[in-house]
Amino acid sequence: MTSPTFSSKFDRRTLIKGAAALGAFQVTSPFIIQARGETPIRMGMVDPLTGVYAAPAGNEVMGAKLAVEQMNAKGGILGRQVELLVEDSANDVGTGVQKARKLIERDQVNFMIGDVNSGIAAAIAQVTAEKKILHIVSGGHTDSITGKDCKWNVFRVCNTTRMEANSVSDVLYKKYGKKWHFITPDYAFGHTLYEACTADLKKLGGTVTGNELTPLGTTDFYAYLIKARAANPDVMILLVQGSDMINCLKQVVQFGLNKQIHVAGTQQELESLAALPPEARIGVWMFEWYWKQPGVPGVDKFVADIRKVNKGNVPTARHWFGYTSAMTFALVANREKTTDAVKLAAALENFELPDDVKLQPNKVYYRKGDHQLMTSSFVGEAQSKGKDDPEDLYRVDEVIPGDKTAPAVSETGCTIQWPS
Amino acid sequence: MSSEQTRKLIALAAIWAALLFAPYWMAPLGGYTALATRVIVLGLAAMSVNFLLGFTGVLSFGHAAYFGLGAYGAGLTLKFLALSTPLALLAGMLLGGLCGAILGTLIVRRRGVYFAMVTIAFGQVFYYIAFQWSSLTGGDDGLRGFSRQPIDFGLFKLDILSNANNFYYFVLFCFALVVGAMGFILRSPFGRTMIAIRENERRSRFLGIPVERHIWIAFTLSCFFMGFAGALYALVNNFADPRGLHYSQSGDFVMMAVMGGMRSFWGPLLGAAVFVVLQDYLSSITVNWMSFVGLLFVLVVLFFPRGLLGFIQRSKA
Amino acid sequence: MTQLLLFNVTNGLIIGAFYVLMALGLSLILNLSNVINFAHGGFLVIGGYIAYTITPYIGFWGALLLAPLLTAIIGLVVERVLIRPLYGRDPLYSLLLTFGLAFMIEDGTRFIWGPQGKPVTIPPFLAQPLSNDLFFITGYRLFMVAVVMIAVVLLFLLLRYTRLGVRIRAGTLDLETVAALGINVQMLRSLNFAVGIFLAGLSGVLAAGQLGLEPTMGTGLLMPSFIAIIVGGIGSLPGTLAGGLLIGVASGLTAVFYPAASEAVIYVLMAVVLLLRPRGLFGEEGMMS
Repeated sequence: MTSPTFSSKFDRRTLIKGAAALGAFQVTSPFIIQARGETPIRMGMVDPLTGVYAAPAGNEVMGAKLAVEQMNAKGGILGRQVELLVEDSANDVGTGVQKARKLIERDQVNFMIGDVNSGIAAAIAQVTAEKKILHIVSGGHTDSITGKDCKWNVFRVCNTTRMEANSVSDVLYKKYGKKWHFITPDYAFGHTLYEACTADLKKLGGTVTGNELTPLGTTDFYAYLIKARAANPDVMILLVQGSDMINCLKQVVQFGLNKQIHVAGTQQELESLAALPPEARIGVWMFEWYWKQPGVPGVDKFVADIRKVNKGNVPTARHWFGYTSAMTFALVANREKTTDAVKLAAALENFELPDDVKLQPNKVYYRKGDHQLMTSSFVGEAQSKGKDDPEDLYRVDEVIPGDKTAPAVSETGCTIQWPS
Repeated sequence: MSSEQTRKLIALAAIWAALLFAPYWMAPLGGYTALATRVIVLGLAAMSVNFLLGFTGVLSFGHAAYFGLGAYGAGLTLKFLALSTPLALLAGMLLGGLCGAILGTLIVRRRGVYFAMVTIAFGQVFYYIAFQWSSLTGGDDGLRGFSRQPIDFGLFKLDILSNANNFYYFVLFCFALVVGAMGFILRSPFGRTMIAIRENERRSRFLGIPVERHIWIAFTLSCFFMGFAGALYALVNNFADPRGLHYSQSGDFVMMAVMGGMRSFWGPLLGAAVFVVLQDYLSSITVNWMSFVGLLFVLVVLFFPRGLLGFIQRSKA
Repeated sequence: MTQLLLFNVTNGLIIGAFYVLMALGLSLILNLSNVINFAHGGFLVIGGYIAYTITPYIGFWGALLLAPLLTAIIGLVVERVLIRPLYGRDPLYSLLLTFGLAFMIEDGTRFIWGPQGKPVTIPPFLAQPLSNDLFFITGYRLFMVAVVMIAVVLLFLLLRYTRLGVRIRAGTLDLETVAALGINVQMLRSLNFAVGIFLAGLSGVLAAGQLGLEPTMGTGLLMPSFIAIIVGGIGSLPGTLAGGLLIGVASGLTAVFYPAASEAVIYVLMAVVLLLRPRGLFGEEGMMS
């Protein structure tokens, strides 16, 4: 059986010509970069723009871009314009590390931001520590980054799992009861979150009726939900995130389980609530930042600025992470009048964020002992639809300051080693 | 020497010259040494796949599993057994090769589409084990906490951890060893038999050649090479993770082999170079690089099935 | 314990039914055209997104019928332009092509609809469980099983009683003779592909109601479909049906004792089948090359 060769005006020759042109461009482009490369300050950002974390990663980048735009309008860093070089880690550690090296070795970045994926963030931290580059982890939550694996050049904006657990535990215990059943994603983030929650629960005097470990990427939660129901808890704690959270909540509601057992958890994100059908937007959670904060300075402007570049949608915590990470570099470098990583890292300890960057009511600063940002937890409840705004999917009940939810530095296991 | 042989010798010399001086000619072109190291390691993996695919005619689409196993073997050795780079490389190679040997026995009777599907499924079994056995492998977070160790030559130590160029030449050396072994095997009677099987399996069988046994040996050998490449990859990243075992990684290796030219020895290396550099470049300039890479797959399959080297050879003829 | 067992087995059958729908489409394409369609998951995603886009205009039920049809049309175009040139060539090429196509579809859907997951609502009367005791049989899951059953019945009727169906079956056994009989094999392959993609699109619409709709949702659902085909036996559609249900039940049973392994167990099942009965449960000898 012969198959006809594919013939059309778009044939091999055209392809080859196009490829040659592309190749020539690659050879010439670095020269273009070098020509104007003497003056700008470069910020590198590595995030998984493709893959399952594409939505939060994209939002982080959007926030960082806004920050760079704003800082350039005010004269940049030390009078030099700032360039944000964004690379896709594709949710793969090898790629993330390679891109980090590329940004540092080839593009000579002064600062590094990334990654949403904690594993990749930790791997990149090794590279930045080796190369002495100041590194802010914008959205990777695993505790070890500001815990036992903490480094002098690494700071983190988003919460640790212990902070998250500590913020909701009291509320859940008082409001719902003492018997908790957990649905935990089976990876480091899930495990540490579970340990933190159960430690709190035990202190309060509650009991764990069970823990369902779910593999990452589980689509069908029924087997686990059946078990949870059978255990008859007061509240079901969902520690899963992202797509897993969406699938789980959808199925909880379809099961009618939420009519019999209270549903709650720790970290929740606007991206997830927006992806759920309205009837599945339930439960008590904590947010790491929320857009609707009437009366808090700077928030309205930030929301308006992001709406302009986000198809009219409001910013999420992820936007704020990226924004804060980039702004931190500008603020500290301009204050210290240097770009030396060691000096800036020292200056960042106990560095407090101003109103128009922290965008929340409490005092927000990078703690000295572990380089963790003491950012607040927004505890509240999901709602299917906002009264005034279709994107107001969360009702904030309480904003707890970071240094109240964070464990003491001595408990984190972090000892910072400075380079000699 | 005939002109054909001189041409081949010159081509070989050119290839090795390019490889030896890579850190120097890459930098002005916007490359960086770590990129070259990555190309060598992935190129070795592609050549290992091609050992089976191009020279025996057997389609294994789950070969990344042995690559990933090699990475874990090396990582686990460095983390728990001994701080020795050569031992890690050996362990990785053995892990990949032995698993390949065992699995090979199960699947050598199948061919074509069925074989491909089964290799994919088995590859995924290993992916799953790496993913789920998190106490050992670190699960989704991957295996961390090890790094490549300096190599002790007795008289002096070669620091391959912080010096990118040193590491590149070390990898190139390992690459040369394996490639030399591959070339030797292919030129031997065994290698000739493999090609005979590729050309016409039925006739080979009629000639009394134990086809299944040969395929099993070829499969196992290619798994050993893959394991070695995987071990090197773990050293490149100081990290091993389940994604290295996933069938999409297998697809990348097969594509490198096809793109460079399946019928040629060096084709896969060229394919790897183009693929890695292109992906690196594209993902920096656009978020939609996946579409372009996918498009590349489609275009190569439709227009350049013989790969770049195949295309060059044809236009010369 | 027996109640838990019963719940999970039934749950497993429901999951299995979904795998059956995916696997049947994949099997159809594999059997006739010798093409491993790696992009099958991608077509599932396309089906889901098309349904999401057209639901505001024609409602849930309209989308259920129309979205798979539109997806099948896209499949027809893909087959004609991209896959047809590859028939007769080594199966390696169609594998690589569909692999690249899967990349393009994932990125394409992300480009068109954005990486943010989309909220999919199902008709309220489906969104509740049957009763308090049978709480795990929600209306929607029952609906899914019903749709799968109807699709399977229609497929088997198509294959058994229509001309197209008879030709497809004949072509699976001996395509050369079918061509020699004067039947337009190109058209046959195109239509067969379209039917397979229709099933993928339908799976996508069903999945969207159950799971979060996002560009990466197709990849995780592809592997179980492969396993269903291998376990049931390549070349046999009843085998694929049995395979899908079997792995679903195996998954459900494992969930009772060791939930974390409930996905891994289907690979173990595949290995066992390959060791004991390499051609699959219902496969035929000689269908291996």
